[in-house]
Amino acid sequence: MSPRGRAWLFVGGALGMALLLAWGLAGVPGSDVPLGRYAGLLADHAVAERHTTNVVIATAFDYRALDTLGEEFLLFVAAVGTTVLLRATREERDEERAARLDEQRGVATSDSLRALGTGLVGPTVVLGVYVTAHGQLTPGGGFQGGVVLAAALLAVYVAGTWLALRHVAPVSALELSEAVGAGGFVLVGIGGLLFAAVFLENFLPFGTKGDVLSGGMVPLANLAVGLEVAGAFGVILTELLDQIVLRRSASG
Amino acid sequence: MTAVAYVVAVWLLLIGLYGAVTSRHLVHLVVCLTVAQSSTYVLLLAVGYRDGADAPIFADIPVGSPVVDPIVQALTLTDVVVEATVVALLLALTVQARKRFGTVDPDGIRELHG
Repeated sequence: MSPRGRAWLFVGGALGMALLLAWGLAGVPGSDVPLGRYAGLLADHAVAERHTTNVVIATAFDYRALDTLGEEFLLFVAAVGTTVLLRATREERDEERAARLDEQRGVATSDSLRALGTGLVGPTVVLGVYVTAHGQLTPGGGFQGGVVLAAALLAVYVAGTWLALRHVAPVSALELSEAVGAGGFVLVGIGGLLFAAVFLENFLPFGTKGDVLSGGMVPLANLAVGLEVAGAFGVILTELLDQIVLRRSASG
Repeated sequence: MTAVAYVVAVWLLLIGLYGAVTSRHLVHLVVCLTVAQSSTYVLLLAVGYRDGADAPIFADIPVGSPVVDPIVQALTLTDVVVEATVVALLLALTVQARKRFGTVDPDGIRELHG
């Protein structure tokens, strides 16, 4: 199809879609009505039932933990898929050549950038762990904390070289973290099956509201997801950075 | 207030699709897709918004105070993860497309093999 024909098809489709969306959204209840029944129940009872102050995390990791299990495996599969797509054609000779060129790049990186990157690594790791560990209390959780931890890896790359990243976080360690995280969530679910007779049902004491270890299985599930997310994003990041470094060495 | 959020959601969806339709570069296409998908975050959060309500986190507000819908917030969390995975896979496919076809123009790939 010609670009012109495609543009006209888009204009027609977009107009129709905009009209349908406007029609549908006009019927959505406004912001002055009470919450829906399910949402209202969670908002009113989650704190008393689960001893977590963050109802969003209680929803994601307890009431609807099965959804989150699926979501976690989605990320797992995406990391595996990225690896399969990108790790196909690579030779050892290429890697050595790439590593040599990468060291030269390391020398060329400005000192201020390296200082900034190095300085960011520690605080980013602490923030990531904090956000993961306090998910059941305040905004945060495994998904958010895991991404922050993966960002620390990027700071390592900015500060040093591809090789430095490989030393700090070898792919095998990232893959292990990913696998342990994915498996850990399933184990939490099986714990529910064994001790509470229902998969992903809470089987741990709920603890005191406001404590880091409150919420029963929620902190454990959060930790598993944090490991999984940090590992998956680390693997994806490493694979994509590998492509840059290998490409640069192929052209240079 | 919510009407504005709905308008923004529809606008993001349509402008993202427009970018995808007219895209001449696969990475640009992926970014357009993320723009279109970000409309779903705005839509979900707008659906759950309530006037004068706090975030559904009772760390510093008494239990029972009015809060916004916690379920759509958990759904938005899922949504963000889905977007991240889709972007990762599409970027990996872009790298492979560049190796295989020597171009990142979606039209160029079609002309060679279609």
